[in-house]
Amino acid sequence: MTEMMSLITEDGSAPAYSGGLSDEALLRCYRTMLLVRAFDDICMKLQRSGRIGFSVPNKGVEGTQVGAASALRSTDLFFPSYRDFGMALYHGVRPAAMMNNMFGNAGDSAKGRQMPVHFSFVDPIKYFSISSPIGTHLPQAVGAAYASTLRGEDTVTLVSFGDGGTSSLGFHSGLNFAGVWKSPVIFLCQNNGWAISCPSEGQTASDGYAIKAKAYGMPGITVDGNDVLAVNQAVAEAAERARRGEGPTLIEAHTYRMGGHSTSDDPTKYVPKEELEAWAAKDPVLRLRRHLDSRGLWSEDLEARLVKECSEEVTAAVREAEAQPAPALETVFSDVYESVPDHLRRQGEQAFDLARRKGDAAAGDGAFPL
Amino acid sequence: MATLTLLQAVNDALRTKMRQDDSVLVFGEDVGPKGGVFLATEGLTAEFGAKRCFDTPLSEDGIIGTAIGMAANGLRPVCEIQFQDFIFPAFDQIVSEAAKLRYRSGGQYTAPMVIRTPYGGGIRGGLYHSQSGEAYFAHTAGLKVVIPSTPYDAKGLLIAAIEDPDPVLFMEPKALYRSVKGEVPEGHYTVDLSTTRTVREGKDVTVFCYGAMVPVCEKAAAAAAEQGVETHVVDLRTLLPLDEEAVLDAARRTGRVVVVHEAPRFCGFGAEISALIAEHAIEYMEAPVRRVTGFDTPFPNTLEHHYMPDERRVLDAIEATASF
Ligand SMILES: Cc1ncc(C[n+]2csc(CCOP(=O)(O)OP(=O)(O)O)c2C)c(N)n1
Ligand SMILES: [Mg+2]
Repeated sequence: MTEMMSLITEDGSAPAYSGGLSDEALLRCYRTMLLVRAFDDICMKLQRSGRIGFSVPNKGVEGTQVGAASALRSTDLFFPSYRDFGMALYHGVRPAAMMNNMFGNAGDSAKGRQMPVHFSFVDPIKYFSISSPIGTHLPQAVGAAYASTLRGEDTVTLVSFGDGGTSSLGFHSGLNFAGVWKSPVIFLCQNNGWAISCPSEGQTASDGYAIKAKAYGMPGITVDGNDVLAVNQAVAEAAERARRGEGPTLIEAHTYRMGGHSTSDDPTKYVPKEELEAWAAKDPVLRLRRHLDSRGLWSEDLEARLVKECSEEVTAAVREAEAQPAPALETVFSDVYESVPDHLRRQGEQAFDLARRKGDAAAGDGAFPL
Repeated sequence: MATLTLLQAVNDALRTKMRQDDSVLVFGEDVGPKGGVFLATEGLTAEFGAKRCFDTPLSEDGIIGTAIGMAANGLRPVCEIQFQDFIFPAFDQIVSEAAKLRYRSGGQYTAPMVIRTPYGGGIRGGLYHSQSGEAYFAHTAGLKVVIPSTPYDAKGLLIAAIEDPDPVLFMEPKALYRSVKGEVPEGHYTVDLSTTRTVREGKDVTVFCYGAMVPVCEKAAAAAAEQGVETHVVDLRTLLPLDEEAVLDAARRTGRVVVVHEAPRFCGFGAEISALIAEHAIEYMEAPVRRVTGFDTPFPNTLEHHYMPDERRVLDAIEATASF
């Protein structure tokens, strides 16, 4: 493994941190991480009680998400993975907007068409529509960055993927193109130890993932993914290089998935208990709390207040999402193309007619409006 | 005889062949210690060791590409693609390579291998955990495409697929994995590929279906019977090569045909059945062929129950065809 950058020390201080996060920004990072945890937690409960169908645990990886997001501008482009709640929340996506996706309701920005955790936002940040097929978004990010460059913008594109994602075809073509084009792209590989049940050793024989950058002609950096400051600094440096026209960077963030792969997974079948315990001690929230404390920015009172606020915010998000109806039937047929072709219009009319006869036309279906 | 779910029957088929033939091996994402995300391969690593049932890196192209090499060099790989929706990175390996190896080498090299993959909707899987992509593959000369709908067939067809000298795409209806149970003989038996199964006899309307649509059509046929319409239901089981004579016989029998699949309509497998009948049995037909299918849209999530053909849609088509 290339040498791992880690900045928050045992006692919470971070003398080597040279990044630009102000006290206020640090507190925002911390609050966002607590918000991710609250959001994650309530989604697990909603799934267990059958109110939503699916979720993916984010516990343990919040440091990487928030460290990276906080190093970028809200005008930069995000090509996230499904396990990146903190990137959206840091930049001000409302928990309720995300919760609407979890419920797949009429308020969902993707109209309830996708599974939970497959977010898509254009506001307040460009958070590219998430696809399930792993690795497809890497070359797409490189293309988006090409467009930014061609227009003379100094936008940076961040693409986030897992250790498993490095085995995809898109990893190779994405890094290869970005190297050749000197694209302003940051490839953020979140090595969280597992790709479902496949440990990192089963994914690659190379000594870590950052080293793969060499073959594509770009710098590769390994960073302590549970250290918000280290991730922030690594991403900030990569962003500066990108904005200077010096090309892409591959960053491997060493972190850990502290839950199962998803609500459909039982990690006790394959994750060694000791491994989980060892990583629990390196919890990114604890690490940042220690740092804030060392700077006099943290107190028990603050903690209690933030936890309460975050919990209220996600509870309100659930209430808002549950008040939304299911999407209207026409959403099955719209957005396939910009305008609805005749054959789809006919299929839609038949579907609506049948729904009405069966009595399961929902509120909002109305006359078929295509 | 044991009563098994379709999922258990798949597991039983793999175990049966692995016990009988050392050259059979199983690999793919998460199929080892975890036993696969649906548990189809549960216990295989424990019984046969990690050289014969193992996890791979996350690469469908790698999985199927290596399977081709193994098959060409004396093994009988049975690889799993976790969801059929994720098979497309390997489209090239399947379509350009596995399917064409025998032909392009003048029969000197072959790829006797099986690609197992769960397909279809009904689990709230949205766009990418629900698709029925059989038509892409049924368009591929050199490949066989098999879709079981009962535990008995799942085991017998899978064993036949493993023993088959050509590459077989074995698509498993995930909606039926645990919802259908049936008697399954112990040990080795096969169900011939390229044969259809008559699910129910009837003289009025013929319904062609496969996979997860079979139980839906059975229910619709039962409801039609209450109204005095006798439906002849045929499970196609092997889409490629298709038993064309059996299809034509069943069509001629009633002169009225409905074809049902979850996949989108346009260029779907129903179009092939319909064309076959138009070419060879038009003089027997009393009504136009009707198709009940998924819509020509991506697969939705929350509203998937509208997308998937259900008993009501099939019954409507049976009634309209019967009374045409
Ligand atoms: C092409 C493709 N193959 C298989 C899957 C099924 N699948 C979903 S997530 C996953 C593991 C991903 O692991 P990793 O890239 O490390 O990301 P993590 O879930 O750990 O964040 C797999 C195999 C998929 N979504 N896409
Ligand atoms: Mg991972």
